[in-house]
This record gives sequence, C-alpha cells and structure tokens, in this order.
Amino acid sequence: MNAAAVEVRELWHAYPDGTEALRGVSFRIAPGEAVALVGGNGAGKSTLLLHLAGLLIPRRGEVRLGDLRVTRETAAAARRAIGMVFQDPDDQLFMPTVAEDVAFGPLNAGLEPDEAEARVVAALERVGAAHLRDRPPYRLSAGEKRAVALAAALAMSPEILLLDEPSSGLDPRGRRRLIELLREFPHTRIVATHDLELVVEVCSRAIVLDAGRVVADAPAEEALNDEPLMLAHALERPHILRHSHPHG
Amino acid sequence: MESATWPDIGRMDDWARGDSPAHRLDARAKAVATLAFIVVVMSFPRREVSALVPFLLYPVVLTSVSRIPIGEIFRKMLVASPFAVFVGMFNPLLDRQPAAVVGTIVISGGWLSFASILLRFVLTVWAALALVGCTGIYRLVAGLERLGLPRVFAVQLLFLYRYLFVIANEGARMKRGVDARAGGKKALTLRVYGSLIGHLLLRSMDRAERVHRAMLARGYEGRVATLDRSRFRADDGFFVFGCLTAFGVARAWNLSAAIGRLVLGAAA
Amino acid sequence: MHMADALISPAVGGAFWAVSGGLIVYCARKIKQTLRENLVPMMGVLGAFIFAAQMLNFSIPGTGSSGHLGGGLILTILLGPHAAFIVMASVLTVQALFFADGGLLALGCNIFNLGFFPAFVAYPLIYRALAKDRRDGARASWAAVVAAVAGLELGAFFVVLQTQLSGISELPFGAFVLMMLPIHLAIGVVEGLATAAVVSFVAKARPEALPAAVYAPTPGRLRPVLIGFAVAALLFGGVASWFASTHPDGLEWSMFKVSGKEKLEAPSGGIHETLAGIQEKTAFLPNYGFKTAEGESAPEEAAAAWPAVSAGTSVSGVVGGILTLAAAGIVGLALRARAPRAVGGNG
Ligand SMILES: Nc1ncnc2c1ncn2[C@@H]1O[C@H](COP(=O)(O)OP(=O)(O)O)[C@@H](O)[C@H]1O
Ligand SMILES: [Mg+2]
Repeated sequence: MNAAAVEVRELWHAYPDGTEALRGVSFRIAPGEAVALVGGNGAGKSTLLLHLAGLLIPRRGEVRLGDLRVTRETAAAARRAIGMVFQDPDDQLFMPTVAEDVAFGPLNAGLEPDEAEARVVAALERVGAAHLRDRPPYRLSAGEKRAVALAAALAMSPEILLLDEPSSGLDPRGRRRLIELLREFPHTRIVATHDLELVVEVCSRAIVLDAGRVVADAPAEEALNDEPLMLAHALERPHILRHSHPHG
Repeated sequence: MESATWPDIGRMDDWARGDSPAHRLDARAKAVATLAFIVVVMSFPRREVSALVPFLLYPVVLTSVSRIPIGEIFRKMLVASPFAVFVGMFNPLLDRQPAAVVGTIVISGGWLSFASILLRFVLTVWAALALVGCTGIYRLVAGLERLGLPRVFAVQLLFLYRYLFVIANEGARMKRGVDARAGGKKALTLRVYGSLIGHLLLRSMDRAERVHRAMLARGYEGRVATLDRSRFRADDGFFVFGCLTAFGVARAWNLSAAIGRLVLGAAA
Repeated sequence: MHMADALISPAVGGAFWAVSGGLIVYCARKIKQTLRENLVPMMGVLGAFIFAAQMLNFSIPGTGSSGHLGGGLILTILLGPHAAFIVMASVLTVQALFFADGGLLALGCNIFNLGFFPAFVAYPLIYRALAKDRRDGARASWAAVVAAVAGLELGAFFVVLQTQLSGISELPFGAFVLMMLPIHLAIGVVEGLATAAVVSFVAKARPEALPAAVYAPTPGRLRPVLIGFAVAALLFGGVASWFASTHPDGLEWSMFKVSGKEKLEAPSGGIHETLAGIQEKTAFLPNYGFKTAEGESAPEEAAAAWPAVSAGTSVSGVVGGILTLAAAGIVGLALRARAPRAVGGNG
C-alpha cells in the first residue's frame, strides 16, 4: 500500500449562499502521517475534507494529492486515490447488502465481480465485520455501520484515508475498536473530529481550524495541552491529558 | 398506505433473506410466472368462482415453500382490501339475475361476481406478496432490469427503498417532537404543517446531496454494478414452463367442477 | 384511490401497462439527457420523503378531519414532469409490492392515473399557467389547489373508466362517477393546500432548492406525444373491452377458435355451457342438480333467460371448489412441515 502526501495551499471556499467556509487554508502532510483536523461545529472541517476528496473543486488556492493537482479534470483520479468515511454512515451505505456496498467502489473501478468479491472479503475482515456481509445496512448498529463504511473505503485500496467525525454516535466500546483500527493503518490519515481523546491516541499532529482558518498546527499533545488555545476555539482539553498532567 | 404499516416492510426483507427452493429460483422466472398467473386469473369471466379456486395452489405453494408467515400476508391483504370490497359489494344489489342453483338455494349473478372479485383479490395480492417475499426487492428489480426495465427507474427505485427507513425515521422523530408539544391536539394547523414537512423536505434534499457525494467518492458514473451473478438455469426454465402449463390447464378446464363431478358421480 | 387488480380485466390492465411502460421509457430517456447530476439519488430520496410525509397530518378547519400531502404535484414542482412521473411510478410500485395497495395488473392503471395527470396535465397546463413564476403567496396557493383538484379528478375519472371497461363491477357509470368525483374534490383541495404550504415554506427558507423556471410548460413538441398516448390508451382499452363484452369470454373464445373446437359447441357458449356439454358426454354426470332445478319454478324461468346457468356445474363447482380449497390448504401445511427453517428473522 502506497501512502501519499497531501498539500493544501491558500485554499478558499464560499458556498453558493455566500457562507465563507474556508479562508486561506495551507498545510502539508507527509506520506503515512496521521493528522487530526480539530475545531468546533462549523469550523470548516467537512468542507476541507470534501476538497481533499475531489468532491469540491478549488476555485481559489490548490490541493495536491501526491503528484496530482486536483482540478475538475483530475477529480475522478483524485477520488480513486482517496478513501472517504462520511460523518453519517447512512449517507454512505446505500446498497442493499453490506457486501454489495463494500463492492460498490471496486466495481466502479472496473474490477470483475470475482476480484471485487475478494476485496470485499479482505476489507470486511480487516475491520472485523466479515459476519455482516449479507445484512442490509439499515439494520446495523451505529458501530457496525461505521465499521462497514470504513471497509467500503478500504476496499478501494486508497492511498489516503479521510474520516469525518468517525467516533460520533459510537458507544465507548465501538469507539475503542475504531481507535485500535485507525492506529494500525499504514495510510496517510486525516481525521476531522472534536473527539480529542481519539486525536491523542491516533494522531501525531493536530491542525486546529476556526472559522475557516488554521489557528494552530502542532504535534497533537502540544496543541491539545494548550488550554487557552482549546478554549478559544470551542474545544476543551481532553480528560486523559488532564489525568496524565494533573498540574499542566 | 397508512403510517402504521411502513415499518413492517423490513419484515419482508427478512423473508427474502431466507433460503429455500423458492428463494433460489431466478427473479425473472418468478416475475414472469407471477405476472402470467395474475393475467390468467383476471381473464376469467366475471361470475367465475369455482374455477378460480385451484389457482390458490400457486401462492400457497410459494408461501409455504419459502416459509413466509401466512398470518402477516393475510394482515396485509386485509389492510389493502377496502377498495375492492367497496366497489364489489354493489354487485349483489345491482345484478339480481339468478345465475346458479345449489340444492334449493338460488344464487344471483351479483353474489357470484362479488365472490369472484374477492377471490381474485386474494389470489392476485397474495401472489404478488409471495413473489416479493421470496425474492426481495433488490433481486426483483435487478431481474426486471435485465428484462428491460429502464436503469434510471431501477436505480432510483432502489434508492427510494433504501431511504424509506431513514427518512421515515426522521419523520417519526419530528412527529414525536410535535406530539410532545401539541398537548393532546393531534393534527397541526396548515402553517405549522407546511414548515414541518418543509423541514423534512429540505433535510431529505440535503440527504440526497450527501448520498450523491458518497457515490461520487467511490467512483460512481451513472451506473450501479452489482455482485449478482445469478443465472437463468434449467430449473428456472422448468419452473416457468410448469407454471404456464398448469395455469393453462386450469384456465381451460374447471378443475374444481371436474373434481366435484368425480366425487358426486362416485357417490351417486 | 388505487385501482385494484380484482376489478380490472387483463385487456384494460395490459393496455395501461403498455401506456405507462411507454411513458416510463420515454421519461427515462429524457432524464438521461438532463445535466442535473444528482437527479437519480434525489429522485429516490424524494420518493422516500413522500412516504414519510404521509405520517404527519394537518387539521382541516371546520371539518374535524385531517389531511396530508399526496405526492404527484409536489414532486413535479420539485423535479419536473419526467423525473416526477418516474418517482410516482416507483412510489406506486412499492405500494403495490409491499402494501398490497393496488396490485400488479392494476399497476399500469395506477401509474397512469396518479402519475400522468399531475405530471403532464395538472402541472404544465394548470399550475404553471396559473402560478406563472410565483412559488409563494395566494396566487401560488390557488394554482396548487386547482391543479391538485384537476389532477385527482382526472385520475378518479380514469378509475371509473377503467372499472367500467373491465366490466367486473356492476356499478353503473353515472353513479360511480357521482360517487368518485366529490370525494376527490375534497382530497384534491387538501392536497393542493398541503402542497402550497410546503412549497411556500421552501421558497422562503431556501429558494435555491426550488428549480426556478427550469421546467418550462410542456414544450409544443411533447404535447402531440402525450395526446397520442392518451388517445391510444382510450382506443385500445375501448376496443379491447368491446371485444371482451361481445365475446363474454374473449380469451376462451380465441382459444377454442385456435384449436378448432368451437364446432363442438355454440361459439357464444362460455365456459359453463362448454362444461355442461362435456358433462353430457362423460360417464360421471350427476343429474341430481338438474332435478332440483326442475323442482323449483322461479329459477326455472330465469334460468331460461340466462342460458349460462347450469345447476349441474354449480353444484359440482361448489363441492369441487371446497375440496380444492382443502387440498390447497393441505399442500401448504405439508410443504411447511417439510421445509427446513429458512427465515433467519433476527439474524
Ligand atoms: N451546503 C452548504 N451551504 C451553505 N453553507 C454551508 C454548507 N455546508 C456547510 N456550510 C457552512 O460552512 C461552514 C463550514 O461548515 P463545515 O465544513 O460543515 O464545518 P464543520 O465540518 O467543521 O462542522 C459553516 O458555517 C456551515 O454552516
Ligand atoms: Mg462537519
């Protein structure tokens, strides 16, 4: 599995109704790095991920995935390099059964049903959801849905994994399993979240967004330990850090 | 379609995920046989009753082989019956011409045709439910697509079905919220209704947008490919052939009457 | 109101299947040409929305009853005629398959009645004409009410027409029309009000969600096609039903004609007489039924006026029918007992 670098330069985005969601975002992420995008609701995390996934095209500024600059023409290629896990798994799991859903990407990529089937089996096993393969997605629990959505992204053999609030709606056990999984992946990972404990356990680096701007970009522990920074941007210091540094 | 019935759609998915000889038949074979069944049943003259009875075998066999709970089928039929019953019940009043004599009882044409309407209703509705029950909507639609159903129609039908649950849940949550605040009053004023349903609509449209993105993210280009590799096998051919033959025979000869004569003749 | 399988003849059902099927293919082609990328998921989700919206009701002032959104008109306002027709067709398909509402043979009729009229008549010819480009305010509300009423009345009228052409119900045409139209007037007003309320909310909250004047009134090119479809449906249905009524048992008549057996019996015979004929030639003919019939004076006269009456067939029909019913039940039970547990309900 190749992991690719990600580079964003001076990226701006305004929605049709005039909302400025991104206002000059820049950063660079090395291959295989796990980076958290943190920030409160409306900070611009999802909008940024949509750009990285080739689902929104930069009008001002640029996005590069490895050697590929994302434009309208290269968007399809960009999407092939990316595995995206959306915030609401119901948006992502639209096929009749889990297996069909995980196969959706590989089949679109032109794989024969047999090869796609092999990918499905491998991806479901990777996330510990092999037993769910013939179930209809709407009958799964929140944690199972998330696992399947992750498998659907993995089945595309992406170089970069993008996850939008992956721990929302999960119970503690589901969240724990997710964290274990994310830690093991060799891909370049970008996780948008305000679950700061997940950040500490999975990511080496945190980019803090507020109102469409990068307000901090630092090693994860350092950023999250900066209490004034966290409070100023609608976040709080994670409990685990408080316990480990009682007087910090 | 009343609100109380939508959740048990999911039950029919459960039936369809079973495994039985009926489940294993190709969706196209079952669809063709069921359609032929319905056409043949409807082709009988309007006062026919006895010749229709043998046709019960088709839905009975499908239902039993695939172990679909009959009680639930009957419940669905009951819910759906009012229109046919309503229109049919005028027949006994309007057509009083004697049409049959059983012992000393004279039966009017109207009663015969009313009975016939009810029997047709049971046969056709049951057959359709049994078809979906042992096939499932996805395989059924995939089969129909291979028989020429336009892809746009097939794909959005599957989306409709998939998001039925999700959006109905949103609707149910909104309804609970409204009920909690309405203080006993059940129905809303038109204005409030407009904004509630309007909200639901906007949320549905947002949902469609997000679903579309998720599809694009995985390489969607207008075509939904599936893993389904089911083939039309010899068994399916036999099934269709057998059904068509049986329906033809039962259409040409009143089997009930023949059995009746046999029995009565033997008794005489 | 959904047309039911039980009330419809194969000729009428088939004719409307052909018409609705043709319309679906035509609309699917049109949709492929549109540039709205997300149209297909949007159609599916809005179809689901129509189902969900029916769970909430609003009170109708002064009547103590309540109403909800219908579907055809608002879908057309949101998606345009072609996509809306397809969505209505799938809503009705799901209703037929899962709620046993309507039925498969009647599906063509229902798609035509509840999809064609709102999408291709009420919306372009009435709603657009009355509302112009307004989505909000009294004018748009009136347009929605009039369009909804017109669409539903046309649909209801076709329910009556299809029932009559099928000849299975005995209801006289006039009485049926008088029964259906007032009911649908009320339903139409309610649907129109609900549609107007929702559209006006969306127009205020998120105007860009309503496709402005993207959907111009039915272009001239399309109108002949639509009229052609309607005329073809009427003609086909009419001719088929005429055929069915002059030959009370059309299918059988043609079967006998093909096999050349009609010389055995009078061609107008019908199945009863045919069987009575076969009966006379077979050994196990019971004359029990005929005797009873002769003993009764009243039915005898009537029976003479109605040649299809055959007491012998009736009795054996009843006995045989009951036996067949019992046999079907036993077969069902036997298969059930034999089959391994298959439904993994909570798996
Ligand atoms: N489709 C949209 N149309 C208009 N504004 C939007 C849309 N999506 C998001 N926004 C706005 O853009 C800003 C950033 O949103 P988003 O990227 O979703 O933030 P986050 O994911 O960090 O919560 C917010 O102010 C939000 O209201
Ligand atoms: Mg977000």
